[in-house]
Amino acid sequence: MSPADKDRFITSLKQIPYAETLGVKPLFMGDNFTLVLPFKESNIGNPILPALHGGAIGGFMEIAAVAQILLDHPEEGIAKTIGINIDYLRRGKPQDCYACAKITRHGRRIVNVNVEVWQDRPDTPIAAFHGHFLIQKK
Amino acid sequence: MEQGTLEFLWELAPKFIAGTPHSAKLGIEFLSIDIGRATLRLPYSHKLSGNAKSRVVHGGVVTALLDQASGLAAVSAFNPISAVATLNLSIDYMRAATPGKTIIGQASSYKVTRDIAFIRGIAHDGDETDPIAISQATFMHTGDIQNYKLETQEATP
Repeated sequence: MSPADKDRFITSLKQIPYAETLGVKPLFMGDNFTLVLPFKESNIGNPILPALHGGAIGGFMEIAAVAQILLDHPEEGIAKTIGINIDYLRRGKPQDCYACAKITRHGRRIVNVNVEVWQDRPDTPIAAFHGHFLIQKK
Repeated sequence: MEQGTLEFLWELAPKFIAGTPHSAKLGIEFLSIDIGRATLRLPYSHKLSGNAKSRVVHGGVVTALLDQASGLAAVSAFNPISAVATLNLSIDYMRAATPGKTIIGQASSYKVTRDIAFIRGIAHDGDETDPIAISQATFMHTGDIQNYKLETQEATP
């Protein structure tokens, strides 16, 4: 990924006020990128356990999916969400989350994306998401 | 029995919503509760939008509202009422939420077994026949709510 691509990507992320509300940050490692949801008190859903809010994890995964689509095809603009399905696998502990998004099919109008979110290790995800999105080619 | 449960729910639910940091952050408010049913609302705010230009509320926000409403409906669906964990949440997004409008999140249980509550939800901004999103979720029973209540009160100064 060129520095210009990187900058463009960071700029598009900043245009999502909700991503700012959640505290989502991109993390670049060479050519790869991942999204981080740094721990924030306001993303707690159950203060007693404590556990992260399912909605915060869900929103984070949706942002990760849309970001991955944008990164692969910057010319297509922001994808519209049609439907999502989330399996909550483990309790979201009060610590940072990492998203791993994979596009399973990038069609002419529809894109299918899988996202997993993990905390301690990538092989013990706390949630698994799949969504389908509508894109408009410019 | 049911009367006592309802009174308890009406006392618990607003505290439960206000005491959930993420719901408080987004601005989710309690509207009503019944056995196996819950209604919440979320007033519009710029910080919830997915696009600074269009001002349309991000899908993730609708996810959080429906998750919260569905969870509350699941809590009240168990007899006795129970703490719950979300197993699965599936949402279809029908249209963009109208910028500036309050979003209503309604959820109701359509089947409860010993361990699982099956919940349907809808998000709309005034007209139920023109939904923003429709959800379907399953929740697992995770324990007695009475303990939860006591701990919540201790945790809330």
